[in-house]
Amino acid sequence: MLVTAVLVVPLAAGVLAAVLPWRRSVGWAMVLANAAVLGLGVSLAVRADHHQVLVALDGSLRADALSAFMVVVIGAISLLASVQSVRYLEVETVRGGQGRRHASLYSLLVQLFVTCMLFAVLAANLGALWVAVEATTIATAFLVGHRRSDKALEASWKYVVICSVGIALAFLGTVLVYFAALHVPGHPTGGSVLNWTSLLHASRHLDPGVVRLAMALLVLGYGTKVGLAPMHSWLPDAHSQAPAPVSALMSGVLLTVAFYALLRFKAVADGALGPGYTRTLLVIVGLSSLIVAASLLLTQHDLKRMLAYHSIEHMGLIALGAAAGTTLAVAAVLLHVLGHGLAKAVLFLASGEIALMEGTTEIGEVPALLARRPLLGGVFGFGLVALLGLPPFSLFVSELNMFRGEMAVGLGWAAGLSLLAMAVIFTAVAAHGRHLLLGGPGAGPSPTSRLVGAPLVSGLVACAVLGLSAWPLQSLLYAAARAVVR
Amino acid sequence: MAGAPLDLVQLSAGVVLAGAVLALWRRDLRALTSVLALQGCALATLAIVLAVHNGAVGLGVVAGVVLVAKGFVIPGLLARAVRAAPGSRETAPLVNVPASLVAAAVLVVLSYVVAGPLTALFPSPLTRLAPLGLATVLLGFFVLVTRRKAVSQIVGLLLVDNGVALVAFLLTAGVPLLVELGTSLDVLLVVVVLQVLATAMRARFGQFDLDQLRELHD
Repeated sequence: MLVTAVLVVPLAAGVLAAVLPWRRSVGWAMVLANAAVLGLGVSLAVRADHHQVLVALDGSLRADALSAFMVVVIGAISLLASVQSVRYLEVETVRGGQGRRHASLYSLLVQLFVTCMLFAVLAANLGALWVAVEATTIATAFLVGHRRSDKALEASWKYVVICSVGIALAFLGTVLVYFAALHVPGHPTGGSVLNWTSLLHASRHLDPGVVRLAMALLVLGYGTKVGLAPMHSWLPDAHSQAPAPVSALMSGVLLTVAFYALLRFKAVADGALGPGYTRTLLVIVGLSSLIVAASLLLTQHDLKRMLAYHSIEHMGLIALGAAAGTTLAVAAVLLHVLGHGLAKAVLFLASGEIALMEGTTEIGEVPALLARRPLLGGVFGFGLVALLGLPPFSLFVSELNMFRGEMAVGLGWAAGLSLLAMAVIFTAVAAHGRHLLLGGPGAGPSPTSRLVGAPLVSGLVACAVLGLSAWPLQSLLYAAARAVVR
Repeated sequence: MAGAPLDLVQLSAGVVLAGAVLALWRRDLRALTSVLALQGCALATLAIVLAVHNGAVGLGVVAGVVLVAKGFVIPGLLARAVRAAPGSRETAPLVNVPASLVAAAVLVVLSYVVAGPLTALFPSPLTRLAPLGLATVLLGFFVLVTRRKAVSQIVGLLLVDNGVALVAFLLTAGVPLLVELGTSLDVLLVVVVLQVLATAMRARFGQFDLDQLRELHD
């Protein structure tokens, strides 16, 4: 019941938005629905914390600690994004000359997108998980191109083509896992072959050769959606061209929902092959993502592109943490998923506000933000501090623990290389941030509306509280990590 | 499986791969859409034969969906797009045709090497055909990377997808029904999305060529 409600509530809100003509109150209904998802996620998490695994719809939905945690992440970030959506749509419909139908379509697609992500993390069947991840591409394709400019259309074209190919490879990987499972004696047949629990149970008997091939395809395929090199090239374009709330959702949660799929498959592959093989794959893609991010961040001059490359960096870090694969490291990976999601969502939403107020997101054209718009500038400054992994924000704690996990399994060299890449990124982002916040003379301060400020500040505060004490989450994080670590 | 049904399965799998090679050879975009229709029908035939042989009703339904979606609707949509756009030839592929065909030969050999573990796990006449599917995937990838026209890119994407579907049918006689239907519908939706985007872009840029998409790069 609880599990089904997680899917029904956001979907119903989307349908509501599609049939009613858009006005502000409809926007607030979306906010309410996403707040309900967060609330439901928390109650799922409380149950999961007491080792309760909820099942619904004949076992096709399943919420263990990991799923519950991901529902919380999705709920929290879609709540933040939907508040900003109200403002974005208001400005676009009033000022931009976009019709109300456009706003209705936008709301419907965003809610579909959120529902698909929730379905992905709640699906008991790895095939259904694939369908859900693929469906997110379709739901977001028009959202990326929502502004209908040349660049936005180009970005969504690239996004759809590259992600569809990636996801096709992930499907091939899933088929191969299915094939391997069919030839395990005593394994259930029919629709439940791809159920994660039964796969995990049978994992030690899966044929290693086939699983090796499958896992390579899965890392490449789902890695495309995660934004891991070498299939990352869609990410900076899509994230910079989409409307800010959509960028926040894509960067904050969609990437990590795809990574969630890899965590599930990794548990199965580790059973069949031992941890070494998947570890090697993840180290390769993780380090190459870090190198790509470090080398391209230096030359960025657009705010949103800078943030997008920053996402590639963090996905690389997460891949390295998952490569280590100890309980501590995976718990840190999950904390990083939440911390990065919150901080990145806040920054994308802030950059959306900058775009609305200043008409541009070129770093060179919006100097001295701190003097001119103290609240926005302050949020942006603290957000960058959070993303660079400095205390008191949770990304500091999670990065530290991921490094500890990497050291423990002999990946110290990879941790060292990633620190080097992070140092390069630090200097690049610090230089951009300095210009943005302090550079040049600014006019007198102008206020930022409370509607904009509230979600930004609360996102950052949440990120800081998690960094100072992970108490509300600690046991949940470990329970979630133990679900995929053997 | 042996005899006439096996012959039919082998023929269909061969047609799918031959279609991928043809797609590399021909630069006429209209010919490409017919090749895709042929591939879709071959895939559907294969699924029907497997469904009859195994007595699987679900697989029969899937075969019907594949026939309608991949054999008719998707190629039809593409053909309409090609007719709407002037200049229906791939003018300047990044790799010329003879070189592409050599690359195709290399990729086919490669896929036989890669598919070793698959046939080793369960040596049967069907799994021995799996490399044909893998080769189709690789050729689709090659088309995607080396062709510049929007329609050619969709063709590459569909080749990858047909290759994956071929492997799925051969190895597992269809993954669970729901998933299989999900994939077919997903592909259809992706094509529709790309179609809408291409139309919107053509309205802005005139004739639509991916070489014109050079605003976003680093």
